[in-house]
Amino acid sequence: MTDATVPPAAARAPLSPGAARRRILMRRLWRHRSFRLGAVILLVIVLMALAAPLLSNGEPTKMNLRARFAPPSADFIFGADNFGRDIFTRVLYGARISLWIGFASAMLAAAGGALVGLASAWYRRLDGVIMRIMDALLAFPAILLAIGINAALGPQVSSVIIALAAAYVPRMARIVRAAALVVRELDYVDAARVSGASAGRIIFRHILPNCLAPLIVSLTFVFAYAILAEAALSFLGIGPPPPQPSWGNIIAEGRDYSVEAWWIMLFPGLAISLAALGTNLLGDGLRDVLDPRLKIEA
Amino acid sequence: MPRLIAFRIAQAIPVMFVVAVLTFLLMHMLPGDPATLIAGDMADQDAIAQVRRDLGLDRPVLAQLWLWITNLAQGDFGKSLMLNQPVAEAVWERLPVTLSLALVAFVITIPVGIVLGVVAAVWRDTWVDSAVMFLALIGVSVPNFWIAILSVILFSVTLGWLPSSGYVPMGTDFWRWLASLIQPATVLALFQIGYLARMTRSAMLDVLDQDYIRTARAKGVSPRKTILKHAFRNTLMQVVTVSGYILSLLIGGSVVIEQIFAMPGIGRLLVQAIMARDYPVVQGTMLMLGFAFVFINIVIDLIYAYVDPRVRYD
Amino acid sequence: MLQVENLSVDFRVDSGWIRSVDEVSFALDAQSTLGIVGESGSGKSVTALSILRLHARRNTRMTGRIVFDGEDLLAMPERRLHEMRGRDIAMIFQDPMHSLNPVLTIGDQIGETLRIHQGLNRAAAEKAAAGLLDMVRIPDAKRRVTDFPHQLSGGMRQRVMIAMAIACRPRLLIADEPTTALDVTVQAQILDLLRDLREEIGMAVILISHDLGLVAEFAERVLVMYAGELVEDAPARNIFEAPAHPYSEGLLKAIPSADVDMHRLYAIPGRIPDPGDRPPGCNFAPRCALAQPACSATPPALDTLAPGHRIRCPVRLAAREPAA
Repeated sequence: MTDATVPPAAARAPLSPGAARRRILMRRLWRHRSFRLGAVILLVIVLMALAAPLLSNGEPTKMNLRARFAPPSADFIFGADNFGRDIFTRVLYGARISLWIGFASAMLAAAGGALVGLASAWYRRLDGVIMRIMDALLAFPAILLAIGINAALGPQVSSVIIALAAAYVPRMARIVRAAALVVRELDYVDAARVSGASAGRIIFRHILPNCLAPLIVSLTFVFAYAILAEAALSFLGIGPPPPQPSWGNIIAEGRDYSVEAWWIMLFPGLAISLAALGTNLLGDGLRDVLDPRLKIEA
Repeated sequence: MPRLIAFRIAQAIPVMFVVAVLTFLLMHMLPGDPATLIAGDMADQDAIAQVRRDLGLDRPVLAQLWLWITNLAQGDFGKSLMLNQPVAEAVWERLPVTLSLALVAFVITIPVGIVLGVVAAVWRDTWVDSAVMFLALIGVSVPNFWIAILSVILFSVTLGWLPSSGYVPMGTDFWRWLASLIQPATVLALFQIGYLARMTRSAMLDVLDQDYIRTARAKGVSPRKTILKHAFRNTLMQVVTVSGYILSLLIGGSVVIEQIFAMPGIGRLLVQAIMARDYPVVQGTMLMLGFAFVFINIVIDLIYAYVDPRVRYD
Repeated sequence: MLQVENLSVDFRVDSGWIRSVDEVSFALDAQSTLGIVGESGSGKSVTALSILRLHARRNTRMTGRIVFDGEDLLAMPERRLHEMRGRDIAMIFQDPMHSLNPVLTIGDQIGETLRIHQGLNRAAAEKAAAGLLDMVRIPDAKRRVTDFPHQLSGGMRQRVMIAMAIACRPRLLIADEPTTALDVTVQAQILDLLRDLREEIGMAVILISHDLGLVAEFAERVLVMYAGELVEDAPARNIFEAPAHPYSEGLLKAIPSADVDMHRLYAIPGRIPDPGDRPPGCNFAPRCALAQPACSATPPALDTLAPGHRIRCPVRLAAREPAA
């Protein structure tokens, strides 16, 4: 019913079927209220992070002992911390690290999950072993897995990314495997196989594209989780090390002064919440439009 | 049913084996030489060699793995360096704290999350739905350690209603036990409440679309009873399947919450061990938690099998 | 007993409202049988669901009147409607696999109708449920009441649905494609059962199906629907022997039968127009062999061809009318 009313004009427009479908999808996405709101929020945050040198004093680690614990004012709109560092500057620069960690680990998790899931769906003999390993990893909540891996790798940005990615690979692998198993049985895959296409070609040209919708949806939710998890790791002292600011470690440093100098921990927390909120809104929209049968986030 | 239990346990054994191998490998990914780290910065070559021999690190990896597995089979999870105590004992001592915290949070999460989800589904596309779903979205977007700090400032520092930290064992005084848990458990539950409310809503909407709901309406069943009897039971079935996941996440989340409220639980032990580079404790704790999660999944599967007639009678 | 007057049903979609049923009127006497036929998308099931107001209220708009025993079902308060559903008017559905609640026993589901409308307690309702299972010819009924739906075959489940529907001896039973999802042999059994129960209880039956043969065999009167409109309303015998509307003709030709060459099974060319994209004139014109230029210009009206026989086809009406 709903599909029948998707503007017929778009379908008749002289476009390739793929491009027409993409246009219809984009239009439906943009009509989705939470997608629009989430996209705008995220875009603003990303732009502010990119423009950090222009918007702030450009020196997130510069101390200024005379400004110690300066409350929010015209000079320090988010206030200053125990070293007199400008919180606004630190939050903007922290966004760069936090968003990068979230983005990189979500992408890495998606890539790893896609590889594992596709391998498991295609090479049925590997499936048993791979899925048992994934089950074992899935038994752990992602945050604990990330803590464990990060404890082994040591506190650096790269190890946080690897730890978070590894923690979310099993979930992604499951989603891709389930989608791939369905596609695998379709006629055109058989046709490709009969016509002598190589396994790699079939997997990446025919199967993977059909697993993209659920993969993109869960990628979005993993991005939100990764931002929250990075903050938690930093807060526990096993994230990216100070003095480079990340949203999590600004809160951790401000915690001791949370009563007297509440602004130190308040603003980075708001930033995390807003980023996660925007991403979740975006993910809800993507799920509704791309993959309505996907019950809930990864 | 007994056959199902046996089957599920048999299925869990390879998973537990993989968990054990993975935790072993995790600690062997360590950059550098664990013996040097464990012996400490001040140790000389002899001391390091001694540590290496004590831990069996001078042997081939496979032999070490074999030792690790055989020790586990005998209930030996390793020995803590900082506490000078077996890991199993250290974890066991702290188990009641983490379990109390996670279970109280669980008891808060399940009814609140379900009710919110059902309410949103029943009044779908109205302001009630929007309001509830907005709250749920906030729940899954706000970092809980940050909320915890804000909550302490409000309820403990400013209002003085609740203790800001510490844990009172249930045996000492039930009410003080509950008072010490209510704030951390509620904060811990917020994310899961949001998650569960979102899941319940979509499960309920799915159920409300089913043909058997139309059948019930065609029979003249009132809207209230259609929801409470026909739709709710089927929704609950799907909630059971994620409840194990939720409990696991609550245990995982307690690592952070215990840190903020200075509660002497397993999570705190884990973080202290990481800071002190007490690798046997990190390894042993992860492993025991892994076993616990596998166990939770088995229990949930069995509960599901019991409540769903389609599984129960097969 | 039942008069449907100018019933229209609209559904809300992304871009507005689309009309699913367009100004349908018909009447039904007590204890009589009526068939409604059409392809999927013709609006026949939507019409049936409208009688009990079973559409989701938030995205449906219904206009017109549906009068049952002097009361307008579309105008009555929800509460009154709940009293009538299952007691005076009952309904069975197409897909017995999904129409029963998987977590409740069939005894509970059948007994529920009686508990609601006749105030029976649980034990009495369960006992009555066993009796009803017997009535729909389910063997070993007493033991079956504690079964769950997944333990029964499709045909059995449809019998359970029927038992549920006749529990309060309704005066009208609406059967929406009751045999479509079943094997051919089971189909015949279910129809026989419906026929017998109709006599036994003395209820009127509306049978909805895409199969004109099946409907003509079961019902005294047949309505043919196309693209939301009534295109022919006639006694079953007329429709079967001499269908007047070209669409009915096509439906009849499409029925496979023993004396027709099975290799050349007829299918009406083209397909039913989308509800949002209907032609300006007669809905059927694009697929019609008789279509003339005028057909695509103005929508035709439903008109009397002979006493008790209405069609919506100016070409056929003109041909049969004596030149005046």
